[in-house]
Amino acid sequence: MSTFGGMPVAPRGVGHLRGDEPFPVAARRALANPQLRRNLAKATTTIRAKRARVVGELPDWEELREAGRAIKAHTMANLAGYLERLESEFAAHGGTVHWARDAVEANRIVTDLVQAAGATEVVKVKSIVTDEIGLNEALAAAGITAVETDLAELIVQLGRDRPSHFLVPAIHRNRAEIREIFLREMDGVDPALTDEPRALAEAARLHLRRKFLSARVGISGANFAVAETGTLCVVESEGNGRMCLTLPDTLITVMGIEKVVPSWADMGVFLQLLPRSSTGERMNPYTSMWSGVTPGDGPRQVHLVLLDNGRTAALADETGRQALHCIRCSACLNVCPVYERVGGHAYGSVYPGPIGAVLSPMLTGIEDNASLPFASSLCGACYDACPVKIDIPSILVHLRARHVEEAARTSRVPSPEAVTMAAAAWAMSDPARFAAAQRGGRFGRLLGRRGAIRRLPPPLSGWTRARDAPVPPSETFRQWWRREHGDGP
Amino acid sequence: MRVALFVTCLADTLFPQVGRACVALLERLGHKVEFPAGQTCCGQMHVNTGYQRQALPLIRRYADTFTGFDAVVVPSGSCTGSVRHQHAMVARRHGDNDLAWRAEQVAAKTFELSEFVTDVLGLEDVGAYYPHRVTYHPTCHSLRLLRVGDRPLRLLRHVAGIDLAELPDAEACCGFGGTFAVKNADVSTAMLADKMRNVLATSAEACVASDSSCLMHIGGGLSRLNAGTRTVHLAEILASTKEKR
Repeated sequence: MSTFGGMPVAPRGVGHLRGDEPFPVAARRALANPQLRRNLAKATTTIRAKRARVVGELPDWEELREAGRAIKAHTMANLAGYLERLESEFAAHGGTVHWARDAVEANRIVTDLVQAAGATEVVKVKSIVTDEIGLNEALAAAGITAVETDLAELIVQLGRDRPSHFLVPAIHRNRAEIREIFLREMDGVDPALTDEPRALAEAARLHLRRKFLSARVGISGANFAVAETGTLCVVESEGNGRMCLTLPDTLITVMGIEKVVPSWADMGVFLQLLPRSSTGERMNPYTSMWSGVTPGDGPRQVHLVLLDNGRTAALADETGRQALHCIRCSACLNVCPVYERVGGHAYGSVYPGPIGAVLSPMLTGIEDNASLPFASSLCGACYDACPVKIDIPSILVHLRARHVEEAARTSRVPSPEAVTMAAAAWAMSDPARFAAAQRGGRFGRLLGRRGAIRRLPPPLSGWTRARDAPVPPSETFRQWWRREHGDGP
Repeated sequence: MRVALFVTCLADTLFPQVGRACVALLERLGHKVEFPAGQTCCGQMHVNTGYQRQALPLIRRYADTFTGFDAVVVPSGSCTGSVRHQHAMVARRHGDNDLAWRAEQVAAKTFELSEFVTDVLGLEDVGAYYPHRVTYHPTCHSLRLLRVGDRPLRLLRHVAGIDLAELPDAEACCGFGGTFAVKNADVSTAMLADKMRNVLATSAEACVASDSSCLMHIGGGLSRLNAGTRTVHLAEILASTKEKR
C-alpha cells in the first residue's frame, strides 16, 4: 500500500483524485480550447471583483483570516478529541456515526445504508467529498441512481462531464452549451427552451421538484461540523440542498474528518470568511444546520460517515498539513493565473487550482500526482486570497522537494534534470567554477541572430518555442568589475 | 556603511548592464559599493525545483560571503525573497541550525534595490533622467513576498523626463516562474501572451521591472513578436542621467 508521511493514502482505482495524464499534457489541451479560456477568464474576473468588493468592506478582514487560521490549526492539533466529541454528541441526538478509512469503505457504508432504506434513487446535495470517493459510480454499480440537485452539478451530470471548479462546477460551460445539454438529456423538457438563464433555471426546477418529492434518501457533504453539539452544517445558494436535507426519510452525510470545528463561536468566524471568499456575497442565501433527529420534523434516520482517505497522512506532514485547513471557498482558484487559463480538468482531481495542487498529492501520495506541485509559477496570489491563510506557495515548494527526494530514493538512475541540477549546484558552489561555466556559456553567442537566440536545444527548447533567449554578453558582470576594480576581497 | 552588491547569477551572466547600473546609481548617491567575488547564486532555482539539498552549499556560500556587510543590495525581488524566505527554512529542514541562524542574520540586511533606496537611504528622487514612455510591471515576488508596494513606482515618478504609463492588470503574474517557464512552457507562454497584450496596450517604449528573470521572459516574448517594445531593469532607469545615458 502506498503511503505519505508513513500513513496510508487514498486508494487507487476508486474516486477522482488522480488524472490520466501529467498536468502539462492536460493543460496543453485545455489551452487549445478558446471557448473554455473565454468562459474561465470572464467568470474568474467577475468573481474576483465581487470578492474584492465585499472583502474590502470589512475593516477586520486580516484579523478574521488569522482567527480562521488559528481555529483550524488548533483543531488539527487536537483532531482526535474533537472527532470523538462530535461522534458522541451526534449519537446523543439520535444520529449514527460511521468511520471510513478510505473511499472504498465509505462507498460501501453508504451503499449499504441506501439499500437498507429500500431506495433505488437518491437525491444529492452538492458535495465535493462524495465526488472525491466516486460515490455516484459506486451507487450505480449497486443499481442505485444518484441525482445531483445543485444546478451546476446537474449540468455536469447530465453532460456526462466532470466538475472543474469547487463552487461553479460548470464554469467551463456557457449557457448555449447548457441549453444543448438540457434538450438532449432532460426528460420532458420543453423543446422550445431558450438559453435565457431564467428559462434554464426553470427547466431545472421542474426536473428537480419531481425528484425531491419522490426521494427516500438524501446524501450530502458538510461544510462544517460543530463538535460541542454534534451539529452538521451545509451552506448553499439555491435551496436545493435544503430540499435534500429535509424531505427524504433518510439523510446520509459524508464528511472529511478535517471539517470539524470545536464550537459555535468558531462558526461566527467561518460564516463570515466563507461566503465573502467564495461567491463574493456578505452572506450565503441558505445555511442549513441539523443535530441528529428532530421528532416530527425532517429525516427519521440521520447518518454521518467520517472519512479519512489520506487525511491522516496529510496531517502527518508538518509543512503540508495546513492544506487540511481549506474550507473549499475557491478564492485561490479564482485568483490563480494558471487555473484561469487551463481550468479545473487539467488538474485531474476533484480538487483543482492551487489548493488542489497541494491537497491532491498529499491525499494520494506524491508519486501519484507528481506533476501537480509544479503546476504553479509561485506567484503567491493564492496565499493572499486564502481566507484561512494557507501558505500554498510554501507547501508547493515543500512538495517539490518531497517529490525529488522520493524519486532519488526509489530510482537507481538519476533523471536528466537531477543531473543538470547537481551539475549547476557544483558549478555555482565555487566562484572559479562558476566563472568557467559562464565563459563556456558564451559559446551561446554563436547561436545569436540579430541580438537574440531563436532556438535552444532540449531541455530549454520549451523556452524558445514562444520566446527568444538573450545572447550572452561579451563580458559578464564579474569580468567587468575585475577590469574596473581589480580582484578585491 | 559597508554596502555589498549581490548581482545575482542571472544578471552577472546575461544582463551585466543591470549590475553596472546598480554600481553607478549607488556611487552617484555617495556610497562605495563592494562586489565580493565569492558570490555566485542564491539557490532559488534549486529550491523551487525541489533540489533543496543541492541548494545548501549555495545558501552557505551566500551567508559566508555577505556576513560582515551592513547592507546587501540585490537588483531582484525574487532573489531577495529567496534569501529572506527560503535560506533559513532549507538549512533548518536539513538540520543545520547554525547555518539557519547565520542565514537569518544576513537576510535581515539583504535588500531589494527599491527597498534599499527608499527605506535605507530614505530617497525617492535619485536625480535620474529617462526621457521615454515606460510601463511598470510589479513582479510577483517583490509584490507578494517582499511587499515592496509602490516603492519602485515612487522612485520612477521622480525620474525626470519619464512618461509613466499604467499597466492594465499589472499585478497578474507574467508567467515566468523559474523552471515553470520550461516545465509548463505552454501555460507560461499563455500567461505571457496576456501580459504582452497589456504591455503593448500602453504604447510604452519599454516595460520596466525589478527582476531580470521576469524581464528575460517578457522581453523574449516581445522580441519574438518583433513588437518594438523593449524591457529595461529599474536599476538602468534610476542609473541614467542627462550626462550619462
